[in-house]
Amino acid sequence: MSQRITIDPVTRIEGHLRIDCEIEQGKVVKAWSSGTMWRGMEEIVKGNDPRDAWMIVQRICGVCTTIHALASVRAVENALGMEVPVNAQYIRNIIAAAHSIHDHIVHFYQLSALDWVDVTSALKADPQKAAQMLNGLSEWPLNSAAEFLAVQNKIKALVESGQLGIFANGYWGHPAMTLPPEVNLIAVAHYLQALECQRDANRIVAVLGGKTPHIQNLAVGGVANPINLDSPGVLNLERLMYLKSFIDKLGDFIEQVYLVDTAIIAAHYPQWLTMGKGADCYLCVPELPTDRKSEHYLLPGGYMENGQFRPITTQHDKYLQQGIEESGKHAWYQDDKPLAPWEGLTRPNYTGWQEDGKYSWVKAPTFYGKTVEMGPLAWLLCSLQAGHQPTQQVFGQFASMMKTLTGEAVRTEQLESTLGRVVGRTVHACVLHQTLSQQWQALVTNIGTGDHETFIPPNIPATGEIRGVGFIEAPRGALSHWVVIKDGKIANYQAVVPSTWNAGPRNFNDEPGPYERALVGTPVSDPAKPLEVVRTIHSFDPCMSCAVHIVDATGGEVSRVKVM
Amino acid sequence: MSILVLGIGNLLLGDEAIGVRIVEALEQRYLLPPHVEVLDGGTSGMDLLDVMANRDHLIVADAVLTGDEPGSVVMLHDDEIPAMFTRKVSPHQIGLADVLMALRLTGEFPARLTLVGVVPQTLEPGIALSSVVQQVLEPALQQIVAALKQEGVKVIPLEVADANA
Repeated sequence: MSQRITIDPVTRIEGHLRIDCEIEQGKVVKAWSSGTMWRGMEEIVKGNDPRDAWMIVQRICGVCTTIHALASVRAVENALGMEVPVNAQYIRNIIAAAHSIHDHIVHFYQLSALDWVDVTSALKADPQKAAQMLNGLSEWPLNSAAEFLAVQNKIKALVESGQLGIFANGYWGHPAMTLPPEVNLIAVAHYLQALECQRDANRIVAVLGGKTPHIQNLAVGGVANPINLDSPGVLNLERLMYLKSFIDKLGDFIEQVYLVDTAIIAAHYPQWLTMGKGADCYLCVPELPTDRKSEHYLLPGGYMENGQFRPITTQHDKYLQQGIEESGKHAWYQDDKPLAPWEGLTRPNYTGWQEDGKYSWVKAPTFYGKTVEMGPLAWLLCSLQAGHQPTQQVFGQFASMMKTLTGEAVRTEQLESTLGRVVGRTVHACVLHQTLSQQWQALVTNIGTGDHETFIPPNIPATGEIRGVGFIEAPRGALSHWVVIKDGKIANYQAVVPSTWNAGPRNFNDEPGPYERALVGTPVSDPAKPLEVVRTIHSFDPCMSCAVHIVDATGGEVSRVKVM
Repeated sequence: MSILVLGIGNLLLGDEAIGVRIVEALEQRYLLPPHVEVLDGGTSGMDLLDVMANRDHLIVADAVLTGDEPGSVVMLHDDEIPAMFTRKVSPHQIGLADVLMALRLTGEFPARLTLVGVVPQTLEPGIALSSVVQQVLEPALQQIVAALKQEGVKVIPLEVADANA
């Protein structure tokens, strides 16, 4: 008899998500991903001045604020055919990279590590042995037996007080938790250290953005950071050096802790490199433009369809812009047929949850008719295919650590899996960090040549209609904002967000979305504690807290488990 | 002494914005000493870790669902607050609860906590407060001013500060 699991989370940020799974003989055979809240936020910007849109849309979401702001200014600049001063490009790039790194660290440690790590098992660990395990893998100064013992005592005190707090909702003792006690202890120690280290990434955003959350320094046409090396109160030499100190500190944690932990966890869960494939097609956009016209990028873009790679070298590539459509066939909208975002219609038609009909507020986006996975895994696969040297180098470092730990190298095809997404995110963070130092140097050098320009005033035509699109390779994948400006005001606005691509329902041809496909084949050893389902969903970084309801065949609620 | 007055909420969801609107009014209308920081925290979670850490007093302004009439203003203190957050009283507070629990782990939990909450009437998309909630912005703001005064903070209305300048 098949069994149904419904994961119906409530979230504060990216729209609410519900996952339904049909389970037979201990494995997921069918899955449905439903967005259960209508976003409709784009309606708010209609009628506004296009120069103000970024201030409004960065409030759509509580995590990706910076990224929405950047996509919005790029969309309006694209509509106006504007160039952007190189200082502004560098400053925006540093903000975007630091923001993504922050997001990735928080996801790995605070949001998903506890899917793999058993906190209570860490109590049984030998701190000496834990320190020895990291010999030769990491030079992080806090990997000492003394530090691990201190962390162990801290957990012991928490367990004895009965106040596990943030650790209270884990699947402790679950049969799928198979890390040795020492690895659990290492991971918990780094979980706590990550709470400190992630702040450096956020400080970088704050120094340049003026404020975090919700940066204030953007403008259509550049940034509002006046540059004068000798003047107080603007972007001067002292501020730049301050910025550099955070970039350097952050690098130690990413390379010596985050990358190593990813390898250790992957080495102990090899089966998770064999399941969880979400799609046959992957898309990422080139990111971190370094010139006025946004023609050259530090990170490559591309599209992969069944292993065939097509490079995308600029965000203005018509091939990129013209392939994107959204279908409402399985979503609660009137219009089933796929439509391009500029023509996008958002006319709600709620029918209730229908297994073979409409079951989500999320539309299903496609690229030339194909369902596509976005995010750090797509980025990694495309960057390796594009021959991007820094990515190959970091991935090589990861692969050699895996070889040391398991005796076997990692094959690229193993990346198309649940843990492959985790690996992709870590490699992305490492490569982004390299670009931070690079961009900082480029900014300092350019200012040194006497170029202090940060802003070109936009000229918005008072009459007529223009259209623009702004792409950004965000932490969860390619985000695009689409704007139609009519008589100087916003006439239509659509945000096609990465979570829509990954969490989308079946497309116009009834093919499952990446979440839905990735779940098929996932083992569920205990339907009352569907840890395995949560692992795969979290590997996409949906950034949400969810409540899991387990429903039996008669529809009665069996149990309820809160998931982080 | 270090105090943070933090406004929380999504500006695009009607009365969800009330916490942010309260701290905006505080900043625009009063002169505060340097040891009192005022921040529009939006809907963020972990971004707020640094700014919330090690405060002597953290005062949060927010929309809360208590079951009371829309427009009710509630004051909560210290231990009452994390418990309230775990009941998911508003769409974003899971993030704030996470940050508070993280600060407990790192030993940087604020010494004192105060929540000034307003019960919303509407959370529908839109950039405007309902008239019910708009009307209680002033009393809610005065609760924060009173909490600051209780800490011995000199809260000077800007018109008074300007007249004396």
